[in-house]
Amino acid sequence: MELLTPGLGLFFWTLVVFVVILLILRKFAWGPIMKAIHDREESIENALKAAETARAEMAQLQSGIESAKREAAAERDRILKEANEIKNSILDQAKKDAQSEGAKILEGARESINKEKAAAMAEVKAQVALLSLSIAEKVLAKKFENQAEQEALVNDYLEKISLN
Amino acid sequence: MKHVNTGVRGFWSVKFFAFLLSFLTFTWTFASDPGHDAHENHGTTEVENHVDSTAVHGENAHGEEGHGEEAFTAASMAGTILHHISDAHEWHFFTVGGTHVTLPLPVILYSEQYGLDIFMSSQFHHNHGVYKHYKNDHEHILLLDEEGNVLEGASVMDFSVTKNVASMLIAFILMAWIFISMANAYKKRPGQAPKGLQSFMEPLVLFVRDEIARPNLGHNYARFMPYLLTLFFFIWINNMLGLLPGAANVTGNIAVTMVLSLIALVVTNINGNKSYWGHIFWPPGIPTPVKFILIPVEVISIFTKPFALMIRLFANITAGHIIIMSILCLIFLFSDNGNNASAGFGVSFASVPFAIFLYTLELLVAAIQAFIFTMLTALFIGQAMPEDHH
Repeated sequence: MELLTPGLGLFFWTLVVFVVILLILRKFAWGPIMKAIHDREESIENALKAAETARAEMAQLQSGIESAKREAAAERDRILKEANEIKNSILDQAKKDAQSEGAKILEGARESINKEKAAAMAEVKAQVALLSLSIAEKVLAKKFENQAEQEALVNDYLEKISLN
Repeated sequence: MKHVNTGVRGFWSVKFFAFLLSFLTFTWTFASDPGHDAHENHGTTEVENHVDSTAVHGENAHGEEGHGEEAFTAASMAGTILHHISDAHEWHFFTVGGTHVTLPLPVILYSEQYGLDIFMSSQFHHNHGVYKHYKNDHEHILLLDEEGNVLEGASVMDFSVTKNVASMLIAFILMAWIFISMANAYKKRPGQAPKGLQSFMEPLVLFVRDEIARPNLGHNYARFMPYLLTLFFFIWINNMLGLLPGAANVTGNIAVTMVLSLIALVVTNINGNKSYWGHIFWPPGIPTPVKFILIPVEVISIFTKPFALMIRLFANITAGHIIIMSILCLIFLFSDNGNNASAGFGVSFASVPFAIFLYTLELLVAAIQAFIFTMLTALFIGQAMPEDHH
């Protein structure tokens, strides 16, 4: 029964060793170790939480950027549309102006053409008159080269004109 | 899974039978020992003593072993094994030829007759197991009177730093060194990932916290962490140290496991709350006459729980040592004291691999038993402080 009989000395020493190592380790090892592990776990948890909030913020920011982008695009579209409208209206106006101006110019041209035409006709008439006069002069000159004929004509005329 | 289970159970039963067998043979050897010893002392060694007194001193203190080496039988094999797993006043490592390589340890004795006496265990060596008024009779110190006869009925309190105590002190130094340097590592690099020894030990500390303390103790766990961690590592490190060749069998000694389980008993019952004591002394929801039957059962259960802890650790570790020793001793048994060396040689081919297998298994058992002891202690403490939910 040797094996199953606890020895007093070993009992005593085991008690002493166990209690002393428990007290020493509680003060110098387990306390700091458990605290350090706990602190680190807490800091990891906090870091994870912070990462989570950062991610949420990031998503929020992203959506903000997205909406800003969309707004900017809408603004751009609006501006472009307006510009287009303005351009079209300007073009229309210009076209109208050009048309009326053209019409005016055409009218003026037509008037001056008519005037020129009238002037030219008057010129032509005058020239024709002059030409017919010169022709008539030349014809008359030819006819009065013969003295007898001249006298016959004059006599004729004189006869007709009865001196009363 | 089922197959594995039966395998493991089979192994435990083998262990148990080996334990029982060596136990029975041991008690038988012990009964026949006094005559043995007397014969030995008056025969062999005394004669040699006349021839060369100095050479014999070593042999003499180890009379039993010396005898075992001379004629190795099944009975002496049990003696050898029991000698190896028992505590001793000096630390015997090995014997080469007739020289015992031992570490002398302090012997501290107190008796009413002679008061306090402190001397080294080597004094027993040099004086045939007798020093001053003390006789070392198989590691039992007996008191002698002036004539050198054993004082009958006299008791001596033996507070010697034995082999087990020395081994425990090594474990003490190891634990202090490991865990204080680990704590310093946390202080040096706060909030950073563990490194080196720290990273090896941290998962174990977390294991004790998350697998043992938290499930059993709930939110009260932090208060018991120092105790549970110390308990786990004390048992584990002592188990491991015990597996080193030539080492002491600390956790396989009933005095050691008794202290550990008594501490568990005290911690459990100090923390017992109203509901715990109520369940013991006035179990609720049971007819009054039955209560009087149950109360003694409950009271006994206070003590059976730590008692089971004590026996479990002691038996597991001791059985491991016994079975490895037994299998290795088979070599010498078969070789028949060198008369049949080839048989011993042949047996070694089976014995050695099997011993190695068992040794690795014991490494596992060392951790498992530390875990079980700590786990059950935590469980008992948790049961003693139930949160009121009924």
